[in-house]
Amino acid sequence: MTEKSVSVMPLLSFRGITKRFGPLVANDAISLDLNQGEVLALLGENGAGKTTLMNILFGHYVAEEGEILVDGAPLPPGSTDAAIQAGIGMVHQHFTLAENLTVLENITLGTEPLFAWRRDIKAARTKIADMAAEYGLHADPDKLVGALSVGERQRVEILKALYRDARILILDEPTAVLTPQESDSLFETLKKLTAKGLAVIFISHKLNEILNHTNRVVVLRRGAVAGTVTTSEADRAGLARMMVGEEVNRPKVTSMMPGNAVLRLTHVDCQSDSEAQSLKDVSLEIRAHEIIGLAGVAGNGQRTLANLLSGLTTADAGDVEILGAPGVADPTELVRRGVGRIPEDRHATGVVGEMPLWENLISEDRRGAEIARAGFVIDKRRALERSKRLIEEFDIRCEGPEAETRLLSGGNMQKLILARVLSRGPEFILANQPVRGLDEGAIAYVQSRLLQARADGAGVLLISEDLDELFALSDRIAVMYHGRMTPPQDTAGLTVGDVGLLMSGHEAESAHAH
Amino acid sequence: MRIETRQEVALWRVLLAPPLAVLAALVLGAGLIIWAGEPVLASYFALLKGSLGSSFALNETLTRSTPLIFTGLAAAVAFRAKFYNIGAEGQLYCGALAATFFGTGLISLPPVLMVPFLMLVGAMSGGAILIVPVLLKTHMKVDEVVTTLLLNFVILLLAGYLLEGPWKDPMSLGWPQAAPIIDEGIWPPLLAKGRLHLGFIFALVAALLAWALMRFTVWGYEIRAVGLNASAAGFAGIGVNATVIRTALISGGLAGLAGVSEVAGLKGYLTLDLSPGFGYAGIAVAMLAQLHPLGVILSAFFISAVYVGADAMSRSTDIPTYIADVLVGLSVLTILVSVMLTRYRIRWS
Ligand SMILES: Nc1ncnc2c1ncn2[C@@H]1O[C@H](COP(=O)(O)OP(=O)(O)OP(=O)(O)O)[C@@H](O)[C@H]1O
Ligand SMILES: [Mg+2]
Repeated sequence: MTEKSVSVMPLLSFRGITKRFGPLVANDAISLDLNQGEVLALLGENGAGKTTLMNILFGHYVAEEGEILVDGAPLPPGSTDAAIQAGIGMVHQHFTLAENLTVLENITLGTEPLFAWRRDIKAARTKIADMAAEYGLHADPDKLVGALSVGERQRVEILKALYRDARILILDEPTAVLTPQESDSLFETLKKLTAKGLAVIFISHKLNEILNHTNRVVVLRRGAVAGTVTTSEADRAGLARMMVGEEVNRPKVTSMMPGNAVLRLTHVDCQSDSEAQSLKDVSLEIRAHEIIGLAGVAGNGQRTLANLLSGLTTADAGDVEILGAPGVADPTELVRRGVGRIPEDRHATGVVGEMPLWENLISEDRRGAEIARAGFVIDKRRALERSKRLIEEFDIRCEGPEAETRLLSGGNMQKLILARVLSRGPEFILANQPVRGLDEGAIAYVQSRLLQARADGAGVLLISEDLDELFALSDRIAVMYHGRMTPPQDTAGLTVGDVGLLMSGHEAESAHAH
Repeated sequence: MRIETRQEVALWRVLLAPPLAVLAALVLGAGLIIWAGEPVLASYFALLKGSLGSSFALNETLTRSTPLIFTGLAAAVAFRAKFYNIGAEGQLYCGALAATFFGTGLISLPPVLMVPFLMLVGAMSGGAILIVPVLLKTHMKVDEVVTTLLLNFVILLLAGYLLEGPWKDPMSLGWPQAAPIIDEGIWPPLLAKGRLHLGFIFALVAALLAWALMRFTVWGYEIRAVGLNASAAGFAGIGVNATVIRTALISGGLAGLAGVSEVAGLKGYLTLDLSPGFGYAGIAVAMLAQLHPLGVILSAFFISAVYVGADAMSRSTDIPTYIADVLVGLSVLTILVSVMLTRYRIRWS
């Protein structure tokens, strides 16, 4: 280890933490220290045990072995209250705010006595306003959380932790759902927090963020610490090697002769709940053997377009032609026609968490001839056989087809959806943020499957906020802004700067020149 | 005191929850018995004897459990899709009204056709009465708890009007009751003695079919998926509204069968006291069974035994029969708590 490992007592230390779920060892004798004022990155594949370790720290789970020390004093296991008392604040991978309460109510919730004559709202308001100003965490205290964007919700989560006087802030994949701009402002905030002496545990799969914004990196592999490095001495390849045991290379698109059109949108209008999300005069053609990348800041109509192509809604004006027939508000019909749909939010719309894997794997063709005998009785034996085959082929790490889906780690859940979609050999694929929250290995895997599908003759619409991904995979790139779409242009003739300008609504001149 | 999520829900906890809950309810109910000034053990023994202690008692308990199985299934199926049908009582009367309308002479068929025919019209009318509430829910997001509950009173008043007026049997000596079901439509008794009738077998078959439907078929899959995560179900192409409507029709149909069973199997004619709240008790049955169709058989038997036994107990002691309602109510509460305890643990600190 490096530098000052003996000179100061660590703020927080894990000592030999082991946690098992049945036969699975999620955390394997993990020991690590967190010092005051540092940002410690926790890096590891999907399912490596990062969230589990944080859940133990925060008292959601109780470790079978090991202990946790805060300021040298042992933390009582299994107690969230004790964790909060000790100054630990957690921003979960999935937010835990009450949507029907205001920002102020969410932040103060649980900090006040259950029965009190009057609540000191003014003091709370002042404290929140002060924190918001100091750390750049802006959020209107009187707005309902349900009306907030993802980035704003996250700021509320952080405020909530700080309001409880957290000295240790845990951020579990905070940037997975943020736009690049929002991520930048988060890192600004973190800088201010650590300057004040807070310590941060930062979980992310994005190596760039880790290399640019953390002090130390702890790499977990299959539940155990694979290594600890000082960030300034680390590099991408080294981290990836430590994480997976080998170097991971993301695939890249190679040129191919496009085939016939699989999707044709002509002057499509489609209303949505907000003006910016409503499609206006969108035209697009996607051909077989072609990936069209769709860039744009979240909330500029991508969701409406995705709903349209997923068969959840129909256009108000213009023509939608999907695989040779008009668009319909009927997912089953689209799936039958050969459309594969990878939804943006795998927990909310991708899977039914409480159902086992095998039931989620048949959700799209539960009435198909292979699964449903006489169209009505589900042939479980065949469904299980198919599930086992897909689990193997797509390398879904799980206990088996009967395991409950919600217990899968993010990457494995995405592989499950991918398996369901790609096993049908779709001719048009809508991939909406397909690698969000995935580790390097899983990203490379998902991307190579998409490229494989393209090679097999599928046309793909890839919606992503990650420009690197778009540039690596797309034949052509289109940009959405306020519900309008620029005509797709060859990736070769575009720069990241051009696309960035288009994403912020500017008519990029260089982009026009082509 | 803190409540924590258990990491996994152990099967033995799930299986042990209902019997322990029942036990807890009996212990809590003992307080009331003591209050009434009666010995607890002797009173419960009277209850047990009155419900299971003789072939007559057992026969009576099974007879009473018949409509409870139907209404319990009605609730169990609907609640799985998160369609909270509180109107089984009204749907029961709908089934009974339909059986009376067609079965008192309007149509006459040989028994092999007449019995299924009455079941069919009874089930259909039980389902039909739910069409308005379910469409209000799927299309206008009107809360079905309110609409189905209120419809109960509408239907009961309608039945009252019919039995006091146009449908009143002139031979009934002034009682508000309808003409008897014709012989071809009557469900035969199962045993030489006692009131147990063919409806009990039908109820068992219905539970088996409901279980098979939920577990093995596409419809059951869709009902469960919609109940667990409607937006993922919709994304996968399951018609969420269609599934909810279908579930409602099945649920109403099952409740309607309870009414047919009571009219054609037990009483032979429709009266206004046909059901002492079987529709509402069905919700308790379903909760106690944790919405499992086969569990409904057991929990219906238990609740029926409590009611039948409480009748006997009140005859031999000073405890009013209302103790049965209290015990059933307590059982529902304790089962809710024990189900929670299968998923969460309580820590005292
Ligand atoms: N409650 C649970 N019961 C059973 N297995 C679990 C449970 N929680 C997590 N697991 C398993 O433990 C392993 C570690 O999961 P964990 O969520 O900690 O991974 P992670 O490193 O956070 O992954 P990701 O990057 O995908 O979020 C996974 O294989 C997961 O399936
Ligand atoms: Mg995680």
